[in-house]
Amino acid sequence: MSEQLLAQLMNGLLIGCMYSLIAIGLTMIWGVMNIINFAHADFLMIGMFTSFWLYTLYGVDPLFSIPVCAVLLFVLGWLIYKYLVSKVMTGPGLAQVVVTFGVSIFIANAAVFLWSPDFRMIEKPLLYGTWNFGTVQLSIPKAIASLGSVAVSVALFLFLRKTKTGKAILAVEMNRSSALLMGINTERVNALSFAIGSSLVGIAGAFLSMYYYIYPQVGGTFGLISFCIVALGGFGSIEGAFLAGILIGVVQTLGGYFFDPAYKYAIVFAMYLVTVWIRPQGLMG
Amino acid sequence: MKKPTAVQVVFYAVLLVALLVFPLVVKGTFPTHVMIMVFLFAMMGVAWNILGGYAAMFSFGQVAFFGIGAYTSTILLMNYNVNPWIGLVAGGVLAALMGAAIGIPCSNLRGHYFAIASIAFAEIVRIHFNNWKFVAAAEGLSLPLLPEGVGNFMFHSSKAPYYYIILVFLLLSVLICWYISTNRMGFYLRAIKESHELAKGMGISFVRYRLYAIMISAFLTAMAGTFYSQYILYIDPDSVLILPISVQIVLVAMLGGAGTIVGPVIGAAILLPLSEITRVWLGYKGTGIDMMIYGALIMLISAYRPEGVWGLLTTIGRRGK
Repeated sequence: MSEQLLAQLMNGLLIGCMYSLIAIGLTMIWGVMNIINFAHADFLMIGMFTSFWLYTLYGVDPLFSIPVCAVLLFVLGWLIYKYLVSKVMTGPGLAQVVVTFGVSIFIANAAVFLWSPDFRMIEKPLLYGTWNFGTVQLSIPKAIASLGSVAVSVALFLFLRKTKTGKAILAVEMNRSSALLMGINTERVNALSFAIGSSLVGIAGAFLSMYYYIYPQVGGTFGLISFCIVALGGFGSIEGAFLAGILIGVVQTLGGYFFDPAYKYAIVFAMYLVTVWIRPQGLMG
Repeated sequence: MKKPTAVQVVFYAVLLVALLVFPLVVKGTFPTHVMIMVFLFAMMGVAWNILGGYAAMFSFGQVAFFGIGAYTSTILLMNYNVNPWIGLVAGGVLAALMGAAIGIPCSNLRGHYFAIASIAFAEIVRIHFNNWKFVAAAEGLSLPLLPEGVGNFMFHSSKAPYYYIILVFLLLSVLICWYISTNRMGFYLRAIKESHELAKGMGISFVRYRLYAIMISAFLTAMAGTFYSQYILYIDPDSVLILPISVQIVLVAMLGGAGTIVGPVIGAAILLPLSEITRVWLGYKGTGIDMMIYGALIMLISAYRPEGVWGLLTTIGRRGK
């Protein structure tokens, strides 16, 4: 029994690392420009499909499609910022809330139209099989994807702290008008953070495609979960999102284990409601 | 609120007469069905507008109220033989109470926070109904067939009575919205929307007025839910509790013009025929196309024309003078 629990705990940790990477991009965009990108998880879906088609059509392993996904989503994020999001930044509140919602619906249904709502899978990725630690089994693609996610999160963290551009992003996050006075091009920082946030979720998509089902509506659940993570960690806090992602992964799997698997997402959503009620600034906000 | 001009009075009177004679003149069930869907979503758009347009609570969870209305009256009818009209009121009251229960913890949330909270709430309701044996879980419920008549809220030989009932519901919602917007509550809500802090400083209890707004909006949306279940005679979580319905409600209000009384009606009159007709034309082949159009409309309206069709018309009107 306790071995089963241990296995569940491992699973929760692994999916939690993926959640963290997805949520970090989202929280960064929120922190810099007070915009929730509702299409964030649909970018994840695009990353997954890119990796799937590269594998199916050209035999490229998901491991090698990571840079392709990163660049593709970077460009897409930049374009969406430039032509849609930047237009609503000074507009009415409703427009700011719903603009990316429209993007989300459009992308998800364009994928249904182009590729049908079927579930797909990458049958035999380069990394395959399981590692056995005594009685606990660990799926290799899952473990690699999660380790990779942590590595990318750390890389982003270093980028923000050590480089000039990264510091400019953090400065805008702290105080937009002061940053503007210091000569930082805030418009460029906005576009850059939107693009980087999208690029991160594209990378997460490539990782996730190694073992997860790929279908147009995959963004739905991941999207809602990542909003909950961002809220729990504190809107805009990157460290917060990282820890909250792992926490939510563990809570979700343990909740499914102890109660009813059908309710595992309901538990996460209830956690969001309780968080914004009791501690609206989140854990690290 | 200005007094309506003579031209406006005549225009609305002619429109009302045209709507009243529509089922008598136009034969065939499809046009009547499209009009019923227009009224249904116009009604829910008006109800959303009380929340989103006036009080700036951008709810993406209206479908929870819709589903609660549909399920309450249906369960009452099936298990306890309660008349659907009583079920309609019961569903409305239950939805208003749920609205209050969710509204109290969320009343301080703004913008995105509220939007996400409303989705989380609606998703919890959907997941629960999908697994709840008492309401037949994912299987759904088929309503028992009663003899037709207004008393039973059920008609089999013609869609026209449904048409008139939902038209009355819509007019009622518009009247309530008009009443709110011209009275104290409307001014308070708009003051809160402009600035939380200022409104608070003026002594407006924003928790209370936002709560009223949620409860009224939930009641009206639940009425629409009961109407839907009596009209379609079958409900399941996938038809009355899914996110796309909430999205369509928001879109109807936005397209027409959020924060205006007639905006949602215009939005529904444009959008619903579009979606019903694409569905009939394209059928299964067009899976996703109607939603793609919705998505594109939402992106473009919010980025380039956030004031909506009605806002656009009134600006042009003002410029003309």
